[in-house]
Amino acid sequence: MLNINQLTITLKDKLILDKLSLEIHPGEIHVIMGPNGSGKSTLAQVLAGNPIYNVSNGFVLFKGENLLNQKPELRSLNGLFLAFQSPVEISGLNNMYFLKSMLNAHRKFKNLSELDSIEFLTLIDLKIEQLKIEKSSLGRNFNNGFSGGEKKMNEMLQILLLEPDLIILDEIDSGLDIDALKLVMFNISSLLKKQKSFIIITHYTKVLEYIQPNFVHILSHGKIVKSGTREIAFQIEQVGYENIH
Amino acid sequence: MSNFLPYEENYKYGFSTDIESDTMLPGINESTIRIMSKKRREPSWLLNWRLKAYNHWCSLKQEPRWSEVKYAPINYDKISIFATPKKKIDSLDEVDPEIIKTYQKLGIPLHEQKKLANVAVDAIFDSVSVATTFKNHLLSLGILFCSFSEAIEKYPDIVQKYLGSVVPINDNFFSSLNSAVFSDGSFCYIPENVKCPMELSTYFRLNNQLIGQFERTLIIANAGSFVSYLEGCSAPRRDNNQLHAAVVELVALGNAEIKYATVQNWYPGNKQGVGGIFNFVTKRGICKEKSAKISWIQIENGSAITWKYPSVILKGEDTIGEFYSIAITNGHQQADTGSKMIHIGSNSYSTIISKSILAGHSKNTYRGLVKIQAQATQSRNYSQCDSLLLSATSESNTIPHLCTYNDSSILEHEASTSKVNEDQIFYCQQRGLSVEESINLIVSGFCKSIFQKLPMEFAVEAQKLLSLSLENAIG
Repeated sequence: MLNINQLTITLKDKLILDKLSLEIHPGEIHVIMGPNGSGKSTLAQVLAGNPIYNVSNGFVLFKGENLLNQKPELRSLNGLFLAFQSPVEISGLNNMYFLKSMLNAHRKFKNLSELDSIEFLTLIDLKIEQLKIEKSSLGRNFNNGFSGGEKKMNEMLQILLLEPDLIILDEIDSGLDIDALKLVMFNISSLLKKQKSFIIITHYTKVLEYIQPNFVHILSHGKIVKSGTREIAFQIEQVGYENIH
Repeated sequence: MSNFLPYEENYKYGFSTDIESDTMLPGINESTIRIMSKKRREPSWLLNWRLKAYNHWCSLKQEPRWSEVKYAPINYDKISIFATPKKKIDSLDEVDPEIIKTYQKLGIPLHEQKKLANVAVDAIFDSVSVATTFKNHLLSLGILFCSFSEAIEKYPDIVQKYLGSVVPINDNFFSSLNSAVFSDGSFCYIPENVKCPMELSTYFRLNNQLIGQFERTLIIANAGSFVSYLEGCSAPRRDNNQLHAAVVELVALGNAEIKYATVQNWYPGNKQGVGGIFNFVTKRGICKEKSAKISWIQIENGSAITWKYPSVILKGEDTIGEFYSIAITNGHQQADTGSKMIHIGSNSYSTIISKSILAGHSKNTYRGLVKIQAQATQSRNYSQCDSLLLSATSESNTIPHLCTYNDSSILEHEASTSKVNEDQIFYCQQRGLSVEESINLIVSGFCKSIFQKLPMEFAVEAQKLLSLSLENAIG
């Protein structure tokens, strides 16, 4: 699904990711943990194609194709999804209108007919039910005045609409209360059954109580310093990142 | 001369009907006004009215200077008021390829393109019969809908009664000028309790009489009637004239409703800011009697300079005035636009929603006046002005004037300025949308509440137009 090879990233001459390599297969969950500033979010942003970062070395293959020379929208259309740590607000843009445009862009790319408003309503009703999102939030402006948790649920809603193949969750757990987090993790489990792959970036071991990751990677100073099962995550909780070797 | 009523007599001033000689009359003065009025066979009251306006205009000496727009001086001596026959072109090959490209993107059929580009249209495409059927249908309901020239000839009493009743001849520099020299425009009269069954539009009327640069529109909605009017069409209207000074007057009597929508897309000048139309327009409506309602809806997209403040005088009790505006400026365009709501009747209600989108080096100023007079008790106004900046080099200003002379009325004003930022665009891209689609989505979301006010078929075109004018808005 994803093959990151010797990826080296700089931002304004500062080294952020240092020869990072990682391989992810369909249906796998990789959890990435690490202290603040270790490069976790940068990895997510680079994979999604944020133009502010500079790739100075290495390559990334997504579904066997060179990812790094693809425009961000093409990466999305090819099935890569990033749930942002801080999703943007767009004033005046109706949430439902945005979601429909997004889905139809993907359908068009796949040569499927675009959904009209009524078809979309039928679909979205099912999806918000799954996430217990209030229907009224669809009529609001995109993320405008949403709480941190509501924004994260809106990211999840987009995942359920698109069902992407590779889903990167950048701190999806922050801002969510325990019931919402359970619901998110439950939905992730269902997507796993469809052979979707996940990169879950988190600070906390809480998410690990609900899912069984294939790997937990510890990122420090732009490098993966340790990889293993979820046991290392619990170990960190005990001793902190400083003492992981 | 399709511009004028047919006539056969020889004129003692020695004019031939030849187009070339008609255009040879530059200058705005008493003599040219007299000649024009005579040639148009206007009643004497109208000539006197024009001369009065002209004298007032002369006394004003200079254009208003309070707006934010800047432009080179206009040479009024070079303007030919008499007839504005624009150069007819023989084939589309002679039209600026840029314009053709825009037409194609808008999906305008070829014969329509020719009409819009002012190419002489073959008889086959002439829709005269269609226009006539349409007109007869309206006539059977008692609705009068025709060119202003025709109205002066056929319905002089109505014209005389209402002309200048909303925008008096001494209102402002440009309206005085218009009153003195206006050539043609639209006239619309809806009888009592008649709901006009279709959108009226200059577009449908297929104006082959080529309305000139001094356009005059008068709409009268009698008690209990309703009319929805659309001015212009959404296709780009190119013009040889630099100055446009139009006047629009709306009169709504008891319980009547007038909805007036404008899609303005005149030539904005080139990328360097050279050329383009100066659009100095006075638009005003009066809700003369109880429970009348007037709504202005405008999409201002073209022109090098736009200077207009569609207004409503809320004279009757329980009257409603609305102004919904989207102004898009790009390149070096300048817009100074807004609305005036004058509350006189008690329990009158007005709403102003203005959205401006700025790209390139453009400049937009919202200028508004809400005045609630002492007798207009229990009145309300809600104003909202939002600006969306697409470039760091554009400039947006909001200058609201709000005043109330009684303490039972409520005034509310909200304003916001936001910038489309790279994070928003990247976010949309991450969801599978291209940069252009992302900007369009953000901008049309921003404008949606106003598009919803437009007649259905024009809302779609207006949206298309919007995305066209925003092409390459972000570099």
